[in-house]
Amino acid sequence: MATDAQVLDPAKRARLLTALYIAQEQEGYLSPQALERVAERLDVPESEVFSTASFYTLFHTQPVGQYLIQVCTGLSCYLAGGAERLVDYLELKLGIKVGETTPDGLFTLETVQCLASCGTSPAMRVNDELYENLTTDKVDMLVDQLRERAERWAALNQS
Amino acid sequence: MGSFEPILTRNVGVPNSERIAVYLERGGYSALRKALKMPREELVAIVKDSGLRGRGGAGFPAGLKWGFMPSEPITKYMCVNTDEGEPGTFKDRLLVEHDPHSIIEGVIIAAYAVGAQRAFVYIRGEFFLGVKRWIKAIDEAYRRGFLGKDILGSGFDLDLSVHRGAGAYICGEETALINSLEGKRGEPRMKPPYPAQVGFWDEPTLVHNVETLANVPHIVNRGADWYRSVGTERSTGSKLFCVSGHVRQPGNYELPLGTPLRTIIEEYAGGMRGDRPLKAVIPGGASTPMLTPDQLDIPMDFESLAEAGSMLGTGAIVVMEEGTCMVEVARRLMDFFAHESCGQCTPCRVGTRHLRDILTRIVEGKGELSDLDLLESVCAGIFGNTLCPMGDAAVNPVLSSLKHFRDEYEYHIQHKRCKEAQ
Repeated sequence: MATDAQVLDPAKRARLLTALYIAQEQEGYLSPQALERVAERLDVPESEVFSTASFYTLFHTQPVGQYLIQVCTGLSCYLAGGAERLVDYLELKLGIKVGETTPDGLFTLETVQCLASCGTSPAMRVNDELYENLTTDKVDMLVDQLRERAERWAALNQS
Repeated sequence: MGSFEPILTRNVGVPNSERIAVYLERGGYSALRKALKMPREELVAIVKDSGLRGRGGAGFPAGLKWGFMPSEPITKYMCVNTDEGEPGTFKDRLLVEHDPHSIIEGVIIAAYAVGAQRAFVYIRGEFFLGVKRWIKAIDEAYRRGFLGKDILGSGFDLDLSVHRGAGAYICGEETALINSLEGKRGEPRMKPPYPAQVGFWDEPTLVHNVETLANVPHIVNRGADWYRSVGTERSTGSKLFCVSGHVRQPGNYELPLGTPLRTIIEEYAGGMRGDRPLKAVIPGGASTPMLTPDQLDIPMDFESLAEAGSMLGTGAIVVMEEGTCMVEVARRLMDFFAHESCGQCTPCRVGTRHLRDILTRIVEGKGELSDLDLLESVCAGIFGNTLCPMGDAAVNPVLSSLKHFRDEYEYHIQHKRCKEAQ
């Protein structure tokens, strides 16, 4: 017996990951309404859309900070040293633990395993940008820059 | 240091090496011109003769894969696997970012040889620069007439587009990749049927790793005999070895297959970073059983590593010095596998979490001696009992560290702390 997924238009279904990326850009995460809209547009059952979105770690079905920081703590980064210190430092600087978001909604801190930066450790991603050979000074500067950028943007939107 | 002239990385380091003008200036796309004038069977035969084997981890002969594709002119697809995620591996990223056209040229030749007219790049969602480089390079190739309709007047059509994964290690497995490309959860399919029979949208599909494809233009240009002159008798050609961990100069080193592990670590990666001697090496990425200092003279090729009870895998060499806690190493790798298990097969889904929990309690000094038997028994429950090779891969770090460093596990349990932390 054919499942729902099989009788539907496979070309539309093949666009699902791309559609989820586009939807996620709007609100920073995939809200139930966003998932519903994607389901409608692609004629894929909502349950299938949610099932697929929840499979992939780059799709967020819960709100995340404006800047998602992912520090690599994979084996090579652990051995090279510095990755754990970087996580400790970020926890201190942002005042949150791994897995948490700052109260202002700016930063979410996560650890991940292997960003293919094993030769250029420590490394982290902030949204889609990759930063390698990090030091606490570099991270300091980056976090301050991002905070400033967000503040300028907020001020611009208010005026 | 030897005088090996790089093949795959010959353009790395050349300014703007990712641009088509630079690639053409350096002889790029000449293999494609040659290939499009050759009968398809001849191309398949050359790749078979070259002995080229897959560089994504499994090492399957590329020519055989091409030969498995049906020869009738029916709808066929091709996928370029850029889902590099095996901990310790950073070679495909290098090729995509610095020499995407060498891969595209390989894709067009392979697609022509097997008669596929639609090809997809599947790239790991985290590789944002890679996505940009792929898109730009493909656009350049279209403008120059290397992609699209009637490529270089040959009558052969090929379209190539980029598809972004979204964070799932398992999508590097070819059938999981195909499911993901179809917009589904990246869960591996039962094999057989293999993708060469039933692949993307149930049509015959050829899936190759980036590094494998980058070899193809060189084989076409210089011939199978030349290719076989590099490497060993059964492991032909060169390989990108990614060296990381406790070495002075971590990085990518392209060398002939069969180069001794010791040479790669000591002469290329600069040796150990400090005074501590080497304790263990993972030779081919997180999934491959670790080796010990007495095995350093092993030639890095498919056969020698298999004989030593390990695998060449992706060629990702992770070096560990004395003082490294091997239980923590196993725990960290298991954390990865437990997180990345797709959840489809119970032994892998439940087993990897069990292993992670047991390893965690041993690291934290809460383990018991019976836990060691338990680890082995859980591993036996996973090994050989899953749809895809990930189950087998996940038990390797545990079993190999237990085999070589059982005393360290016991010390952890008996003294509630690490032997190495004295």
